[in-house]
Parts: sequence; C-alpha cells; structure tokens
Amino acid sequence: MSATPATHGTDHAHAHDDHHEAEMPHGSFKGYMIGFILSVILTAIPFALVMTGVLDRSTTVVAILAMAVVQIFVHMVYFLHMNFKVEGGWSMLALIFTVVFVLITLAGSIWVMYHMNTNMMPMSPAAMAQSG
Amino acid sequence: MSTTTPNAFYDGDRPLFHLPEEPHHPEGHSTMLGFWLYLMSDCLLFAALFAMYATASHSYGGGPGQHQLFELPLVALNTTMLLLSSITYGFAMLFMEQGKKGATLAWLAITGLFGASFIGIELYEFSHLIHEGATPQSSAFLSSFFALVGTHGLHVTVGLIWLVTLMVQVSKKGLIQANKRRLMCLSMFWHFLDVVWIGVFTFVYLMGVAQ
Amino acid sequence: MAHAPIPPTSPIFGRLTLDALPFHEPILVATFIGVVCGASVVLGLITYFKWWGLLWRDWFTSIDHKKIGIMYMVLGLIMFLRGFADALMMRAQQAMAFGDNAGYLPPEHYNQIFTAHGVIMIFFVAMPLVTGLMNYVVPLQIGARDVSFPFLNNFSFWMTTAGAVITMISLFIGEYARTGWLAFPPLSDINASPGVGVDYYIWGLQIAGLGTLLSGVNLIATILRMRAPGMTMMKMPVFTWTALCTNVLIVAAFPVLTVVLALLSLDRYVGTQFFTNTLGGNPMMYVNMIWIWGHPEVYILILPAFGVFSEVVSTFSGKRLFGYSSMVYATIVITILAYLVWLHHFFTMGSGASVNSFFGITTMIISIPTGAKIFNWLFTMYRGRIRFELPMMWTMAFMLTFVIGGMTGVLLAVPPADFVLHNSLFLVAHFHNVIIGGVLFGMFAGINYWWPKAFGFKLDQKWGKRSFWLWVAGFYFAFMPLYVLGLMGVTRRLQHFNDPSLQIWFEIAAFGALLIAGGIACMAMQFAVSIRDRKKNVDLTGDPWHGRTLEWSTSSPPPAYNFAFTPVIHDNDAWWDMKRRGYERPTTGFEAIHMPKNTAAGIILAGISVAFGFAMIWHIWWLAAVSFAGLIAVGIGHTFNYDRDYHIPAEEVVATEDARTQALAVQG
Repeated sequence: MSATPATHGTDHAHAHDDHHEAEMPHGSFKGYMIGFILSVILTAIPFALVMTGVLDRSTTVVAILAMAVVQIFVHMVYFLHMNFKVEGGWSMLALIFTVVFVLITLAGSIWVMYHMNTNMMPMSPAAMAQSG
Repeated sequence: MSTTTPNAFYDGDRPLFHLPEEPHHPEGHSTMLGFWLYLMSDCLLFAALFAMYATASHSYGGGPGQHQLFELPLVALNTTMLLLSSITYGFAMLFMEQGKKGATLAWLAITGLFGASFIGIELYEFSHLIHEGATPQSSAFLSSFFALVGTHGLHVTVGLIWLVTLMVQVSKKGLIQANKRRLMCLSMFWHFLDVVWIGVFTFVYLMGVAQ
Repeated sequence: MAHAPIPPTSPIFGRLTLDALPFHEPILVATFIGVVCGASVVLGLITYFKWWGLLWRDWFTSIDHKKIGIMYMVLGLIMFLRGFADALMMRAQQAMAFGDNAGYLPPEHYNQIFTAHGVIMIFFVAMPLVTGLMNYVVPLQIGARDVSFPFLNNFSFWMTTAGAVITMISLFIGEYARTGWLAFPPLSDINASPGVGVDYYIWGLQIAGLGTLLSGVNLIATILRMRAPGMTMMKMPVFTWTALCTNVLIVAAFPVLTVVLALLSLDRYVGTQFFTNTLGGNPMMYVNMIWIWGHPEVYILILPAFGVFSEVVSTFSGKRLFGYSSMVYATIVITILAYLVWLHHFFTMGSGASVNSFFGITTMIISIPTGAKIFNWLFTMYRGRIRFELPMMWTMAFMLTFVIGGMTGVLLAVPPADFVLHNSLFLVAHFHNVIIGGVLFGMFAGINYWWPKAFGFKLDQKWGKRSFWLWVAGFYFAFMPLYVLGLMGVTRRLQHFNDPSLQIWFEIAAFGALLIAGGIACMAMQFAVSIRDRKKNVDLTGDPWHGRTLEWSTSSPPPAYNFAFTPVIHDNDAWWDMKRRGYERPTTGFEAIHMPKNTAAGIILAGISVAFGFAMIWHIWWLAAVSFAGLIAVGIGHTFNYDRDYHIPAEEVVATEDARTQALAVQG
C-alpha cells in the first residue's frame, strides 16, 4: 500500500488501518505507462484495420470488438486500478452487476427492436405475399 | 468491513456490545465507493444511449449514413487527445501522492488542455456535419449519433469545469486530504470517460465505417 | 394528426400568458381557492407560533437522516391527498358518465387527471414514502450515526420536492400531460401534444429523478460502508437487505428513465427524430426504453414493503424470521429478474412468439421467490405468539390481498391471455391490487410500526382500526369490480360509456373509493388523536413492541447521533440478542461525537431547479439560462465550503444520555 498513513490526521489512525486498504489504490508510473502503451496499441490496430480494409468486414468487426473489450480491461486495471480488493470487493461487485445490467439493456433492446421492426414495419402487399 | 478479528468482540466468554475504543469512520471514507456507484449509474445512462444508437444506426430516413459522414483520421486524432489526457492525469495523480503541488497542478493543466482539444475537435466535427446538412434533426441515426457522442462530450466538458475548480481549490488549500479525495474522484471520472470513448469509437465510428 | 400551431413565445414570458391561468375551469378555480385558503391558514399558524426559524434550522436545512426521512413521509402523505383526489374524481366520472350523461369532467380535463394520478402516486407518493422509510430506519438498523453522504441526502429530498412542486404548479398554471403516466409518443410528441402538459411531466420527473438516483447511491454506500462492527451481510436485518436491493435497482434503472425523457424532450424542443414517425424515428423504442426503467421501478417500490413485513411479522410473532437466508436470496433473485421482464408490458406491440415467450417465462419465474417469501412469513407466524397490533393487521391484509394481485399478475404474464387483457381494466385492477395491497399497506404497516420510534408515542388503536377496515373493505369494493369489467373487455382511461349494463360495476367501484376516503379520514384522525393524546400513549422505553433490531435499542425519538456508543453485533436480531444476554446500557464514559453540519445548499439548489424547470416548460429562455448558471455557481460554490462538520460536545451527550437513564428508571 503506497498510501501515506499519517495523512488521516486522527489520533485513532492505528485503530482503523482497514480504511486505507478500502481507498482506491494508487497507480505507479510503470503501471500507467504499461496501460498507456497497451491502449495505444489496442487503439491503433483497430483504426488501421478499418482504415486500410485489409480484412473482410465480418473479421474486422470481430477483431475490433475483441480489441475494444481487451482495451476496456486494460483501462480498468491500469487506469482505474480495479481489482477484487478495492473497497472490500464492493467496487468489483458493483461493476459486475453493472456489466450484467448494461448487457441486458443493450442486447435486450436490440433483440426486441429487431423483432418489432421485422414484424411491425409497414409492408407492401407484394412483400407480404413474399414473406408468406 | 473491519479487519478486527471476531475475537475482539468478546471479553473472554462474555460478548461485548460496545468496543473499548469507539470505531471511527474517517471523513469521506465512503466517498470513493459512493462515487464509483455514481459512475456505475452513468454506465447505465450510456448503455441506454448506446441501445438507442444501436437500434437507430440504420434508420437513415433517406439521408446520409456512416460511410458518407465519418472521417476516421479526425476520430483517431480525437482518440489520441483523450488517451494522452488520461496518461497526463495519471502523472498528476502520481505527483499528488508525492505531495508535489506544483507538478500536480502543471499536469492537471496539461490534462485540461488535452481535454479542451478533444472538445474542440468534437465541436469542429459536429459543426462540419451540420454544415453539410447532417443535422440532429435529419434522421434517427443522426439524432442518436449526436445524442450519444454529444453526451460523452458533455461529460468531458463537466470534467473540465470540475478540473478547473479543483485546480483553484488545490492552489488555495493545497493537497489536503479533502482535495486529494476530490482529485481521486475526478481521476475515476476522467478514466471512466475514456472507457466510454472506447465504446464510442469502436461501436459508432469503426464499426460504422468498416467495409 | 393535426399539426396544432405552436404558440408564439415572447422574449420575457416565453409561452406564458394570462390564458394559462384556468379561470374558465370552475373545478380548478374552486380547488385553487381551497388551496390558497388552506395554505394561508398553515402559513399563518407557522408565523403565529413563530415556527419559521425552527422549521428552517431544525428541518429544512437538517442533514439528520431521521428528519429527512420524516420530511419524505410528510411529502408522500401530502401528495397522496392530491393523488387520491384525482382518483375520486375519476371514479365519480366513470360512475356517472353513461349514455346521455356526459359526466362532469370534459375529456381534456379527465385525461390530465388520470395522468396526474398515475405520476403523482408513483413518483411523489410511493417513492417518497419508500425512500423516507429507508432513510429513517436503515442507519438505525445498521448501528450508524447517519448516512454516508448527509448533505447529499438533504439535496436528494429537496430535489424530489422540487419535482413535486413543478407537478403541482401545473394544476394552476397551464395544464398537465394528457398522455397517461408514461407519456408514450407519438401522443406525447410536439405535434400531438403541443401544450406545456408533457413538458411539466418531463421536467417534474427529471428533477425528482436526480434526487432519487443520488439517494440510491447514498443508501447503498451507507449500507455497504457504515454497518456496525460484527454486522456481516448475512446478519443485516431483512429491511436493510431489501433497502439495499431497492437502491441497487434505483441506481441501475433511473439513468434509463433520465435518458428516455431527455430524448423525448429533444424531440419536443429541437425537433430530433428519436421517437417520431418520420425520418427513421421509432416510437416503439420509447416504449421499450421506458419499460426498462418502469419494470424495475415497481420492484423498487415493493421490495422495501417486503422488508417492512418481514420485520413486522417476526416482531409481532415473537419469533426469529423463518428462513432468513432464503429471504435474502429471494430478494436478490427478484432484484436481478426485475431487470429481465420489461417486455411483458408490451406483449401486444408485436415482438412475436420468441421474444414474448422469453419475457413471459421470466415474468412467471418471479412468482417463485415471491411465493417463497409468503411461505416464510407464514412459517414465521406458525406457532408464534401473534399480537394483532396495527402493523400486524396491515401485514395480514397484505398477505391476502397481494396473493390475489400476484396471481392475476401471473395470469397477465401469459402472452395469449395478455392479448385479451392488455390495456383493460383487468390490468388496472391488477396493478392497484399489488401497489395498494403491497406497497401502500406496507407503508401503513411501517408507519404504525416505526411511528413510536420517530416520535416517542404510539399511534391510536381505535382510529387506526377504523382506518384499517375501511381501507381494506374499500380496496376490495373499488377494485374487484374492475377485474370483472376488464374480463368483459372494458379498456382503461375511458371518460364515457355507452353500455348501461356496465354502470353498476362502476358504481360499486365508486362506493369502494368512498370507503377508502373514509379510511384516509380515519387515518388523519388517528394521527391527530395520537398527537393530542401523546402524553397518554407515551413510550419511554424506546422499545414498545419488544423489537428485535437495533433501532429499538435507542431512545424514542433517537438522539441526533443515534448511538452514543457504536453497538457490536453478534446475531441477526441484534437487539433481541442483546436483551437475551442481559445487555446493560452504558451510562458513563461518553465522548464528544463527530457530526456533519446543517446546510441550506440543498434547498437553495432545489429552489433554483424549480425556476429552471419552470423556465424550460414555458420556454422562458433568459430565466432558464440564468437559473442554470445559478445552479452551477451555487453547486461549485458549495464545494468551496470545507468546514462541514462539528463535534457534539461530550457534556451534551452526557446530558442526553442521563435524561434517557432517568426515563428508563422511571419506567422501571
């Protein structure tokens, strides 16, 4: 822990050392640089893939999505200093809950609206006959 | 919550109902968790905007689409600004931990400049689009594009106002505990916006333009 | 759809003209006169007794979670009177408007009434009551001296109040939305609703929603970080658990409401195409998004009520709650499932069989943890020594009523059945069945249960029982006919009917509403009589019900600092455990206690927010700009105040605790 224990400035500082652990851990120069370099790489590759168009569309999309996920992890670890110990694990639990809710919102909306649009779009009689 | 062992709650076999020394919650000991929870709610806010964009991303209403409108070099430049501002904020935090007020303020100022350039470039992009006739009113796709990217930009703007406020407060009061806590909150906010931006450039710009 | 012309705006008053004042509506004029008379009496009394300073110092600027909790309850109860007046008007209209009789409410007024009724009951009655109860009880139950962010708590309360104020202003200046409580486009878009009604709706909810969200963050942080030593998660009282889950849902769901309302306002104010019918806009997306918030919202309301019932059942059965861990897991499962069922609100919109089946099944699954809870309460009562005090009576009424509501809910979760019952009075009966029978009865149980804690005297039994029976009977008379009508195919929100054979059912429902009105009057009498006889009903022990959780270990009302010494917890029912093991309250060794200072920033910010909302509603752009700048300035200015806490001196703590020691000695 690189926190400075004296700064809490209370007489009881020794009685609640646990609170230091509970605070967000601080990064190090090395950590920030690793995060930065990884982020640069993980940003540059997808931009390059799309701007040059070397791969076909579906491969490109999968690749850039994968790199986005990895980069989000990199930011979480090296910039936001997330781990299972911060705040007694509550931050991580909140994050996991949030990811679940975000995925439900996104995937659910896309799924629901796709079906809505397919079923409810005004159709020409010809298209209706075709879709049978 | 406490590292004190359960045995500390007993005096021999007799259960204690009060500790000999009053447990002390130092001021602001919940702040970081509380702010993190707020950021989680902000995640949901962006999730809703992403969902809106995802469902409207092909609703061009006869107007232009991603291919005609997005200029990736500009987005790449903007992404660079935000990424640089992240690492410079990191440096500010490292100097803050060492208690170096001047260096902290300097790196915060640099962060602010990168953030301001990000906003500047975004505003240029927006005005360019509007000038070309691709306004937020033109189609559901453009409405949701402006809403999503604009909300992110609005967050960065709030971050900049907050940054300036904190710089004033640090220069007036120094790196006291309360100010350190605030800088750490802004640090989370700033890096969080970076994470959201990863989603934006991947999902909106790159996937929109990918051939 | 006719494109109504958008009224011209003046640079000074925006769209606001004298025509906005409803002189032509006799009902509103009479209401206005009534409100003005009532308000002048109240304000006059406050002035006469010189209570302004007291109110300002001890209440409005207070950051004490107990006082904020009570203020939330007062807000909820006052708004309840407004919401119920709307309900009575609707019941009267529907009971008389048959055939040639047009009733007494013109359609445009009737539509505002059902919209206002729904919005007010959910946002400004149920939410403040639930939040108020959580605010008051949770810190006491976990042995904390306040919440994590006391100033934020005050600010949240005033933002909720600001939203209520904006909604109330619409009664006398302009109009309220005529769109139903969720304001679906295209009806709520600028072409179909060019007036200010929907704007009142939007800004009232946005401002109150911010308060709700912040209070959610606050209470989660409080529960996670402020628990007394020894209180592990699985030793938390069930009410605290349900409060935690509710606030998780608040933090997860309210941002979506914020977004969807913001996008609707963009459509209305700047002409974007999110939910329009042109240029790719899609109103179905609005319905989808608002229900992503809307479904968790109903669980936000019901979970704390479940918590209240758990506390009440176990206290008044004199037994430990049956199946504590299953109760906790059921609550968590409901929390997650609450986020997975939203589409059952629009099965009929056309998502097709696959989507409907998924959401139908997830909805039905929710009945499993809920049923488990009902069985847990029953098993707690089984072989218990049940005392039928008022909180327990409300709990019994809940268990009977809520099971009926739950079963009609499962019925509605079957998509084919929903195609028949969607938008019918059956649905209206169902959700009143669960919201009144669940949330409201829960809040009444909670009020009767914790009132002695908050004020130091019990509520009057006689009037309480009268209120109870009138309420319960009134509920069945008012809503069972609606199930029948719904099965016959009557749709909701109708202002006039042609089929005379339906009238008798509406008359029975109106009779039920009158019984409920009697129940409300008896409840008001109950409060008045209890306050009058407070000396007679006084409770000096602080533990009038032989309670089990920590809040009953304090004096009633608790001191500002709640606990002179932070308690150590060994058991789920911490206070029960302490009493059982011969706990002796310490009478010496008190120290100064560190507490946050009161601040006026919350009420000032909320006041400016009202001005901002009003300006946006009426397109008074200069005022909007000025008040927005004011909000930012006051907000930033507040952060420059570093001097936010003080110490209650040891002598004051000693004096307070000695008074308690003496009171307990008198009690014997």
